[in-house]
Amino acid sequence: MTSPVTPNPAAATPASPSAAVENTPRVGTARVKRGMAEMLKGGVIMDVVTADQARIAENAGAVAVMALERVPADIRAHGGIARMSDPDMVDSIVSAVSIPVMAKARIGHFVEARVLEAIGVDYVDESEVLTPADEAHHIDKWAFTVPFVCGATDLGEALRRLSEGAAMIRSKGEAGTGNVVEATRHMRAIRSSIRALTRMEEQELYAAAKELRAPIELVREVASLGKLPVVLFTAGGIATPADAAMMMQLGAEGVFVGSGIFKSGDPAKRAAAIVAAVTHHDSPDVVAKVSRGLGEAMVGLNVADLPADQRYATRGW
Amino acid sequence: MAQPVIGVLALQGDVREHLEMLAGLGVTATAVRSEQQLGGVDALVIPGGESTTMWRLAGTFGLLDPLRERVRAGMPAYGSCAGMILLADRLHDAAAGQQTIGGIDVTVRRNAFGRQVDSFEADLDFPALADGAPIHAVFIRAPWVEDVGAGVEVLARVPAAPAAGEEGGPAAGRIVAVRQGSLLATSFHPELSGDPRVHALFLDIVTESVEGKG
Repeated sequence: MTSPVTPNPAAATPASPSAAVENTPRVGTARVKRGMAEMLKGGVIMDVVTADQARIAENAGAVAVMALERVPADIRAHGGIARMSDPDMVDSIVSAVSIPVMAKARIGHFVEARVLEAIGVDYVDESEVLTPADEAHHIDKWAFTVPFVCGATDLGEALRRLSEGAAMIRSKGEAGTGNVVEATRHMRAIRSSIRALTRMEEQELYAAAKELRAPIELVREVASLGKLPVVLFTAGGIATPADAAMMMQLGAEGVFVGSGIFKSGDPAKRAAAIVAAVTHHDSPDVVAKVSRGLGEAMVGLNVADLPADQRYATRGW
Repeated sequence: MAQPVIGVLALQGDVREHLEMLAGLGVTATAVRSEQQLGGVDALVIPGGESTTMWRLAGTFGLLDPLRERVRAGMPAYGSCAGMILLADRLHDAAAGQQTIGGIDVTVRRNAFGRQVDSFEADLDFPALADGAPIHAVFIRAPWVEDVGAGVEVLARVPAAPAAGEEGGPAAGRIVAVRQGSLLATSFHPELSGDPRVHALFLDIVTESVEGKG
């Protein structure tokens, strides 16, 4: 069952006349879920695999951490089935930091998502970096109190995830490569499709919805807002302050950095530098200053050399 | 005198929502990321976001002391959520070493209402707002005010019994909006719910402060 497409929460009328009903506090509303992502804007969310890394991320100014057992680069190296992290491991990170903690569930694995919700994570990433658990269905995210972020390679995919209840979107990029080219492609694809919608006449939106394989209501909403009705971050392959600043200039509202930090020479310094570069993404002077003396960046992979079955971005339907 | 210039601290967080809220009230607000930009504003909104991130970035970019000096010198400021934390004199459950701008004589507890699954919306009585009608408030991993000094006015509290027929939990009756002089703070996010009255109250405070200086 899908819930109706919710209107832009920020545009909703503030107080309803039925004050008696409204007096009951409500959790898990679209506004609370999407609002959480609004608070992360202009920030960096960092992959961490231990409580120590989580503290380094918090000290460097991360707005949130993503708790997982292996960063994407190691998932690639390790092979096999990548699953939700051990709840003990997620717990240890939840108790180590005061900033929000996210964790990944496999695409379609609604029980992993329930487990993460029960542990108390603040956001669930239904992630292509893990091995998909369902080849046709994503999780019905409306059914949860915890909000979800989902990856997208283009606008149609983003809108399908929204129709399932995602409260935040990240462009997928190609995780664990240290190569920003796919993130660039996905950000440009999403933004240019949004721009195209804003120039269309009402009748043209129906055909656009068909092409995007997305609900017309959402297509109409994006056409009138000129942006997604939720926060849009970038992920996948970001390794340097300049990568992060470029993504912000391409229209990202914040960035996820996975392997790029803790697979580099000086994680604490690189993490702080990426945080600063995101805030001052339009200042080349600041990006130059923070880019100095960071030590070695992670070793990158050429995405074109990856066999088709090792491309995570193609996972998701 | 010309219309006062309102800044929104734009290190991180929901800056755009505050800018839009102020624009809706006919005020052109400007983003503040540097000491120079801070020098050009008469009043400041500190948005929602991650208070530890804002504090660190303010330190990195040499803004923390200038912010403290401006607030001490009487610059009107309004903080929502993380902004409330930054305007508090004292914190509970702060991150290691976390400092604030300060200015409001209160102790604020970070993430007091719980984690994201506990984030909620509810109507609150907030008599200081225009027309006195309740405000629909959105709380996201929100802080609350644990205790207030003598000069602090309590503007709103969570209702005593949060849900009909339920006993009030630990959140019942907690202070979620305060004012001290020309400083205003809310635990919740009026910028997300579309009700402009808290921002309008802040603009009144700014006007009073500017006229007071004559």
